[in-house]
Amino acid sequence: MSTADVAAPDLGPQGAEEREGIWQRTIGNIKSGNLGVLPVVLGEILIVAYFSFTATNFFTAGNFVNVILQMAGVTMIAYGVVFVLLLGEIDLSIGYLSGIAAVTAASMQLPDGRNYPGWLAILIGLAVVAVIGTAQGTVIAKIGVPSFVVTLAGLLIWQGVILQVLELRGVIIIETNWINYAATYYFSATASWLIAAIITGAYALVELGGVIGQRRAGLSVRPWMPAIKLAAVAVACFGTVAVCNHATKPAACPEGTPLTASCTQPQGLPLAAVLMLVFLVGLTFLAKRTTFGRHVYAVGGNAEAARRAGINVARIRILVFTLSGVMAGVGGMVLAARLQSVNLQAGGGTLLLDSISAAVIGGVSLFGGRGEVRGALLGSLVIATVANGLNIGNYSTGTIYIVTGIILLLAVTLDSVARRLQERSGR
Amino acid sequence: MSDTPLLEIRDLSKTFGSVQALTDVDFEVRAGEVMALVGDNGAGKSTLIKCIAGIHGYDSGEISFGGEEVHIHGPKDAAKLGIEVVYQDLALCDNLDVVQNMYLGREIRDFLFRLKEPVMEQRTTETLKGLRVTTIRSIRQAVATLSGGQRQSVAVARAVMWNSKLVILDEPTAALGVAQTEQVLELVRRLAEQGLAVVLISHNLHDIFETATRITVLRLGRNVGVYERAATTQQEVVHAITAGIPTKVSGITDVDPGVVA
Repeated sequence: MSTADVAAPDLGPQGAEEREGIWQRTIGNIKSGNLGVLPVVLGEILIVAYFSFTATNFFTAGNFVNVILQMAGVTMIAYGVVFVLLLGEIDLSIGYLSGIAAVTAASMQLPDGRNYPGWLAILIGLAVVAVIGTAQGTVIAKIGVPSFVVTLAGLLIWQGVILQVLELRGVIIIETNWINYAATYYFSATASWLIAAIITGAYALVELGGVIGQRRAGLSVRPWMPAIKLAAVAVACFGTVAVCNHATKPAACPEGTPLTASCTQPQGLPLAAVLMLVFLVGLTFLAKRTTFGRHVYAVGGNAEAARRAGINVARIRILVFTLSGVMAGVGGMVLAARLQSVNLQAGGGTLLLDSISAAVIGGVSLFGGRGEVRGALLGSLVIATVANGLNIGNYSTGTIYIVTGIILLLAVTLDSVARRLQERSGR
Repeated sequence: MSDTPLLEIRDLSKTFGSVQALTDVDFEVRAGEVMALVGDNGAGKSTLIKCIAGIHGYDSGEISFGGEEVHIHGPKDAAKLGIEVVYQDLALCDNLDVVQNMYLGREIRDFLFRLKEPVMEQRTTETLKGLRVTTIRSIRQAVATLSGGQRQSVAVARAVMWNSKLVILDEPTAALGVAQTEQVLELVRRLAEQGLAVVLISHNLHDIFETATRITVLRLGRNVGVYERAATTQQEVVHAITAGIPTKVSGITDVDPGVVA
């Protein structure tokens, strides 16, 4: 069959869609329960608007940077949660796995201990949680123990290990900048603009490549979709950099200024933001453009169908729990960098629930097979914004928990309703 | 249609513990024909299919494919020969789109492990077009949004896309409405027209008499007979299904009137 045949107008698929236009398609998606990132973006806008009016000092450039730093650790862990949820599984051990990675890395870099270079300490920390994640995944996939139970056991075990290891020291100070920069390094204003330009340019190239590939294959192309996406990416990148560059931090005053004056300098884009973006791009690529990602969605959608199609379901499950462990480790390092130390509380508190909530609020279905990596970023942004806004507004920790809980409940309800809509539209 | 069978099975027997599921069963299907396989519940249809597809092993008997004796030890052996099975519950992933389902487990990648979406999209379009499946609005829509007939079409199209020679359809119209059943039966006829050997399992004699070239009847794990569609009636087939006398007892072939093959 020639290419001309394929593009023939009698073929329903592509032609119909083009005529239909973008709005009908969006409305159709909403009706069939395919909401995408719409609810979480709207929610975030509402939350930001509310706090901007009620809390002073909320809608400032400096606080914007604060939110980025506060969300980074949870975001990293939630990236891994996305893959676990896509399978329809759960991983409750991620909180303390993040602690295990941080404690391991911290003890490797101790000047009075091993004194390894920072990068090696990081790698060892990640390797340890990768092995733990793989082991948990193997028990789940090969023996068939429910993931809830296996990782619940993991939660207890790894919390116990952290308590045992840190029992005497109580706290380990992190001195290597390899770790600390994750929360303390800021790019200069110029470098920040450059980064925004590079990201936008790279995204444009990728989209262009996709369009060229489709055209070469003789498929009709909808040019406005990539254009709109590109515009959104450009606005997000340059907007973030503009705000970050506007933020200021205290600085040493030049000679000659009066002692009473306080001096500041532009803060710039935090490294944490770039790290979140790098992992977002890498993991989105893994989920959407590789066979591994495709098979994760397939196993989550219909494990039996995946098995009959020749997919090694057990291997996919194990690899996902490995990935979940590694991302928990990355998140643990970022959180440790904020404190520049690890202590007995590493990986505890609401970290686990915040991470899972972030993925769910971001639209990743608990039923498996539906969701995107970027959902973790957006969900984590919502959680961090709420916590930050309520903190600034001098609300108690109790209020923060209640509000976050209500948002989570809304997100899960929305997920269930969406699922039912989808089943109904499945006829 | 060629006269030499593409798939020929002789004296196939299979036991599950003490249960004799198949006893000396013969079965054949030619390229370009639709061979219906019928029988009451427990007649051994599914067991026979699973032996062909490599899901079960068999105890004794011979299978030849394309004139050569073959040994099928697993689903991969069957796939290598060009045997594809479309199961009753379809085995599609609802959350994936049509293209993703068509290539599930056999995705085309480049040297960097990246999926080659445009190529897969194009070939899906070609395959659906070749089978004249035109009701699907977009091949990028999730399978969950398709009707039962469309889903069955996708499952069948996936089976034939891989240069398969023999397609086995297990109850393809069981859950479908009238119009959708017609759509799928049309597709089944088209497969045979394109030179594939098709095995159709169904309880619905109406469907069978509309599509099949020949009809093999099993009863209690034994052959009852093979009927030419044009030379038999529904009553005769019903009688064979419910009260047919096995043609082979202790290796002696009994000649039953009305049995052609």
